[in-house]
Amino acid sequence: MGSLTRKAAIVGVAESDIGSTPGKSPMELMAQAAKRALDDAGLKKEDIDGLCWAAFGGSILDVGEYLQIMPKWCDSTQYGGSSFDAHVGHAAAAIAAGLCETVLVVMGTTNVAGRELNVPRGGGGGAGGGERGGAAFSGRVYGLGGPVTNYSMAATRHMHLYGTTSEQLAEIAVATRKWAMLNPKALMRKPITVQDVLNSPMISYPLHLLDCCLITDAGGAVIVTTPERARNLKKKPVWILGFGEHFTHNAITYMPDITVTPAVESGNAAFKMAGLTRKDIDFVQTYDSFTITTLLALEDLGFCKKGEGGAFFANQRTAPGGDFPVNTSGGGLSYTHPGMFGIFLLIEAARQLRGECGERQVEDAKVGIANGMGGLLSSAATVILGRD
Amino acid sequence: MQSRPLPKPLPFVYPENKPFWDGTKRHELVIQRCKDCGKFYFYPRTACPHCLSENTEWVKTSGKGKVYSFTICVRPGSPAFAGDVPYNVAIIELDEGVRMMSQITDCKNEDIKCDMPVEVVFKDASPEIALPYFRPVA
Repeated sequence: MGSLTRKAAIVGVAESDIGSTPGKSPMELMAQAAKRALDDAGLKKEDIDGLCWAAFGGSILDVGEYLQIMPKWCDSTQYGGSSFDAHVGHAAAAIAAGLCETVLVVMGTTNVAGRELNVPRGGGGGAGGGERGGAAFSGRVYGLGGPVTNYSMAATRHMHLYGTTSEQLAEIAVATRKWAMLNPKALMRKPITVQDVLNSPMISYPLHLLDCCLITDAGGAVIVTTPERARNLKKKPVWILGFGEHFTHNAITYMPDITVTPAVESGNAAFKMAGLTRKDIDFVQTYDSFTITTLLALEDLGFCKKGEGGAFFANQRTAPGGDFPVNTSGGGLSYTHPGMFGIFLLIEAARQLRGECGERQVEDAKVGIANGMGGLLSSAATVILGRD
Repeated sequence: MQSRPLPKPLPFVYPENKPFWDGTKRHELVIQRCKDCGKFYFYPRTACPHCLSENTEWVKTSGKGKVYSFTICVRPGSPAFAGDVPYNVAIIELDEGVRMMSQITDCKNEDIKCDMPVEVVFKDASPEIALPYFRPVA
């Protein structure tokens, strides 16, 4: 097996304006995030020769044209919100192979602004596609709705098999909110309690409103480049130490085991490549479309055994001041969630490793994980990052 | 003004899945089995997903299985279901080993449990289409 360890580094990260951005288009948010990431790195647009992007529709040709980036290498892998975490791994491989030097990974969606304008939002909706194949048996005829109705079924079975409780899931929402309270950019910064989560409206049993991520506008951008270039830029390099990806299904009906995500494979591959163990990790940024997503990821990445996720989150262990920092930006649950959150995991991980996180800084953070989970627990892409 | 309820969505019938819907119309739950590797599979495909053989056959199932998991939708998945909330949607694992999305009927939502034994029943959704549902086995 080849390795990407320290063959490429993240050198620029940024989000666009987030939340509700009236009148904005996905492209505008992408351009804004891209400019900010270039400024963060001290690079010019002309330095970019590789482009990665994903949305629930459209083509990377549109994005390249809009940004006037004509890349030597590109990747528009789209398997849900984890796509951008995969893009960083793919970009590192392309850079290591000499196919390109500096890659912009970019995304933008306008779930709020687009709804108001009734125009394409660039993401956050269903996966689209025709009704042939599995889509003809999606559950639509029984009233199955969006992602929450699918993720709920994972929670239901996890509760059945392991006795996981709504209170335990609520601990995750509460801890994540505490991190958001320390992030000036986070959208939801009012403290909440376990009881608040349990008292919030049931959306799809067993998940309550506060078990669910936000629905926001946001763009994000990450720039990946060669070790040589990375050492000579504004900020210290954030090295890609390990990477793995895996996907198993589209519809959750056909998930091999609804309580075991593809993060088992992606995580094991990433740790193996990095030559690191779970004990080496200082923080975890993991996709939190719903509280259950975080719980399953921590189990599947090997931080606790399958079935022990509920207990793992007890006593606000993952909150500020706890011994296991998770989703220090405030996550999709409280910071932002534009339908696809994966790029924001990388942004926060890079900021933590650079020591830029102010009140929410994880002390002496050297190695962290960005773990994207996309689709309906369909895909996972795990990036282990570290600093010098 | 009282508006009429929206019609419920119906499945799209294509050549590869028509035998399934012909089956439900006869109140039979049929799925495919590969004649080369012998395995059952669902959803309908021309090629067996286990070995990609097109040498496949339609087989009537026992119609029995278990609730693999479920949710109770408090908000309608689409406007046509607004009058039905709260309603359940469930993944059924048939005794033949395949899973399908469906709904538990003849059972209170609060009585649904994972791994509960169920059997298929059919309800006409239109003059052409009957949908499979599952009810608890006494």
